Amino acid sequence: MAGNVDALYIFLTVVSALMCVLVFTLVVVFAARFRRRKGVRAEQIEGSLPLEITWSVLPLGVFFVFFAWGAWIYFSERTPPQGASEVYVVGKQWMWKLEHAEGQREINQLHVPVGRDIKLIMTSQDVIHSFYVPAFRIKQDVLPGRYTTTWFRATKPGTYHLFCAEYCGTQHSGMIGSVVVMEPAEYQAWLGGGGATTGSLASNGQALFTQLGCATCHRTDTQGRGPNLVGTFGKPVLLEDGRTVMEDENYVRESILVPTAKVVSGFKPVMPAFQGMVSEEQLNALVAYIKSLSPPSAGAANTASVAPSGEKPHGPEVH
Amino acid sequence: MDSHAAVEHGPELLHHFSDAEQQRNAASLGMWLFLVTEIMFFGGMFCAYLVYRYWYFGDFGAASQTLDIRLGAFNTAVLIGSSLTVAMSIWAAQTGRRKVLVGLLLATILLGLVFLGVKAVEYHDKFEHHHVPGASFHFEGEVPGHPGLPVNPYHAQMFFSLYFAMTGLHALHMIIGIGLFSYLTYKAWTGYYTPKYYTPIENAGLYWHFVDIVWIYLFPLLYLIDRHR
Amino acid sequence: MATAVVTAERENYLNKEYGVRSWLLTVDHKRIALLYLVSVTFFFLIGGLFALLIRLELLTPAGDLVQADTYNKLFTMHGMVMVFFFLIPVVPAVLGNFLVPLMIGAKDLAFPRINLLSWYLYIIAGVLMLHCMLTGGVDTGWTFYTPFSTAFSNTKVVEAGIAVFINGFSSIFTGLNFIVTIHRMRAPGMTWSRLPLFIWAQYATSVIMILGTPVVAVTIVLVAVERLFHLGIFDPKLGGDPLLFQHLFWFYSHPAVYIMILPSMGVISELITCFSRKRIFGYSFVALSSIGIAVLGFLVWAHHMFVAGISLYAALIFSALSYLVGVPSAIKVFNWTATLYRGSITYSTPMLYAFGFLGLFTIGGLTGLFLACLGVDVHVTDTYFVVAHFHYVMVGGVLMGYLGGIHFWWPKITGRMYPEFWGRLSALIVFVGFNLTFFPQFILGYLGMPRRYYQYVPEYQVLNVLSTAGATVLGVGYLMPMVYLLWSMRYGKPASDNPWNAAGLEWMTSSPPPTFNFDETPVVDFEAYDYEHIPEKHEEEVAVG
Repeated sequence: MAGNVDALYIFLTVVSALMCVLVFTLVVVFAARFRRRKGVRAEQIEGSLPLEITWSVLPLGVFFVFFAWGAWIYFSERTPPQGASEVYVVGKQWMWKLEHAEGQREINQLHVPVGRDIKLIMTSQDVIHSFYVPAFRIKQDVLPGRYTTTWFRATKPGTYHLFCAEYCGTQHSGMIGSVVVMEPAEYQAWLGGGGATTGSLASNGQALFTQLGCATCHRTDTQGRGPNLVGTFGKPVLLEDGRTVMEDENYVRESILVPTAKVVSGFKPVMPAFQGMVSEEQLNALVAYIKSLSPPSAGAANTASVAPSGEKPHGPEVH
Repeated sequence: MDSHAAVEHGPELLHHFSDAEQQRNAASLGMWLFLVTEIMFFGGMFCAYLVYRYWYFGDFGAASQTLDIRLGAFNTAVLIGSSLTVAMSIWAAQTGRRKVLVGLLLATILLGLVFLGVKAVEYHDKFEHHHVPGASFHFEGEVPGHPGLPVNPYHAQMFFSLYFAMTGLHALHMIIGIGLFSYLTYKAWTGYYTPKYYTPIENAGLYWHFVDIVWIYLFPLLYLIDRHR
Repeated sequence: MATAVVTAERENYLNKEYGVRSWLLTVDHKRIALLYLVSVTFFFLIGGLFALLIRLELLTPAGDLVQADTYNKLFTMHGMVMVFFFLIPVVPAVLGNFLVPLMIGAKDLAFPRINLLSWYLYIIAGVLMLHCMLTGGVDTGWTFYTPFSTAFSNTKVVEAGIAVFINGFSSIFTGLNFIVTIHRMRAPGMTWSRLPLFIWAQYATSVIMILGTPVVAVTIVLVAVERLFHLGIFDPKLGGDPLLFQHLFWFYSHPAVYIMILPSMGVISELITCFSRKRIFGYSFVALSSIGIAVLGFLVWAHHMFVAGISLYAALIFSALSYLVGVPSAIKVFNWTATLYRGSITYSTPMLYAFGFLGLFTIGGLTGLFLACLGVDVHVTDTYFVVAHFHYVMVGGVLMGYLGGIHFWWPKITGRMYPEFWGRLSALIVFVGFNLTFFPQFILGYLGMPRRYYQYVPEYQVLNVLSTAGATVLGVGYLMPMVYLLWSMRYGKPASDNPWNAAGLEWMTSSPPPTFNFDETPVVDFEAYDYEHIPEKHEEEVAVG
């Protein structure tokens, strides 16, 4: 993606530079050629409709190319490929807390293997932050109270800057870190040696799920007081009030914190609210666990189905 | 606003206008433009209302049902009545009925005060029931049409936040209007307005009608939602 | 100020009355314009001082000159002062106030007293802002983003908000006054198609002022109320939506950019025609493109939020609409360029500023295309690329237009000529200094330096040093006109009524004009920029240096 963004950027720069050169040359040439001379009067010209139409429509046409190209890149940036490894990100004043699906926790550092799609599921504990890795050309605001996502695939090992790009208070400029891209073998070694793991995120979530008593109602048969959660993630849910929503990370999040907001059809609003009772990290673990109950279908796991056909999947890449 | 300028300067033509017609047209256009800005001013809040009503549909319905529809309806009637007295006061000014004019202006002020009085009773009621947003906010209830589905207090608080913000801003406009009309009443008493010059009354009338119309929107949005369930 | 101009023999608006009272209680639009001139210059100096401190801090990667908190307050107050107290009022309130009645042949604005009220509101807001700055300041960024501003910042957010709110009403009343004046007070024969383009630009600006300003005002009130009473309209902890704030804020604050730039565009139309001795190329296109910008400007606000978490489809629509608003700006640039063709061009100071405007605005506008482009915006938004872009438009564009206009109408305002040599020199220095300051920031942004960073990673230092060096040059360029313009008020050559031999009603009255502008109401029987019928014979006397 970095290459793609750069190509578009260069295209924009070249077109803009041509425009600048055109305008500046005309201004300079006219200013020199038609400077005041004794006895020569200015020639009064009303205007010209064909010219006006030309310089309205032509730029519009060029703008449309910019728009379409930019929109295409944006579209693939906003749609992570299926089967991407997931990393949960929590922003807080003033640090990044990251947790891999495998359970490794990091602060202000993200280790990823080269060539793998990484999807970031991000939220904030306090104010708005923005997760920005200039080398990958990705940036996404991180909001309190909901998940936002972005993704990338690093193509070259190295260490890259991670910045907070949305002003977040005193130490905004100190909320920086790095993304370390490693060769797969190296990454495996790091995974093995990374101390802070206490089991995968999903298994932590499962423990919490039991500990908080969720499992007593959300049973894996149809007898529970709450809906069976197996195999539901990523599919539409029919609600009590007749609406249908997609069960995504934000829906799961909301249903844990404020269960009465969108009650599944056929169930009673009896679940207690967990707002203020679970931390962002615990919430992430629960979401990861519930997602793990719905493994992506085998076929979708390896191909990024969202990329335009005939192309390799487009992800932010390091060049 | 422009009514001020004209009022203080006297009915005679201001120096920079070429004739009375131009002056009147300018004042009236100015007032209309001012009302356009007022629409945008309330527009931001209506926009916020729209968003949250969509998000927290049932909770808003439940919170709305705690409002006293009778007081709201009574106040609506009071305001419509005051619009009538304002319209009539313009007629009185046009036809040069000074005492009628003063009477109608006083009636308008009185109706405005009645409205504010009722509003104060309603606000007081909210305090008693802990429906004022903040630390002591408390709300319990069920979503209309969904027995057993409890209302999320945060969402109900959002309703009351918007309720206070919108009715508060409206009440502020009422207070300004009453101040304006008190001044006009005094000037009318002195015989300042004649069938030839009554632009300030006309413009203050426009303002008052505007404030009424805002209420005509606020009343259904705040009091009447989900009443059928 | 009153004492500086004493020699003009005829009675004019300056020598009619003396004394502080005659200024502070004046309802004369020309005197109010001068009150604004002094006050916006004051705020420009304050905002400029903050800018200088910011640039000095950024000389080195480490945060060594001031504390992080201080730095955050500096850029916040630089933004608030410059946007709300300088850029928004500068051209409308100074040049617009002075020229709108003169250009349409009116004795004054429709509501002179409300005009004075506008100035007082501005001053009250300004004093409040100063008080806020002196007693601790505010650190939310000029954008007041929630929930930082409502729940986390422990600075004087409410006071700054109230100042912005009051100042908003100053702006609303100015806009209202202009619209009514342009509709109702035109001299006989001054039809809409004969209006100077400066008036069209002011009209379009005023429309934005009265439609947009109330929305930001009420939004700021909601922020203040939320902060004071914990209402929760924008706070996600209380069920609110921080993105709603951004929508409401940018609904005004994007069009506000056009409040700043449109009047300057109007000035440029006046300058280019006068110094090319030509009618404007495509009058109706230039006039209507102002209205087009005002209308389209209201439909593009969410392009500030492409990475903020809005939906994919919203982003696509707002990106497309943002490109549309580029078209009227392009039309203007092309028409100005075409106006030069076959003209009879002189390079007086105002024209040099107009050339500078064309250069800087073209760069500023074209880089706007980068930001409207979704794929690129994701990378460069919230970086120095954005900072450079809006400085090119809002400072390069607006200030070039304003300074050009001030020089152009200085003889009319004061009855004195400014020193031409120093004028040209300052125009040159400003242009060079500006590019040196802000062009490196485009590169910085593409390299990834986020904005509002108090300290940065060392690889960005070279470009930052360049930028700071440019800022000092720019500072000198801005200070020079203040010095020689003040000097010229006493020692400048007395100006004739029409020193540029320019078209337009404002040049048909004396310099400085009498209190009621015209001895008798002019009757307009000529088109705008009627240079064809302006006799050439005066041209040797024209002060072209």
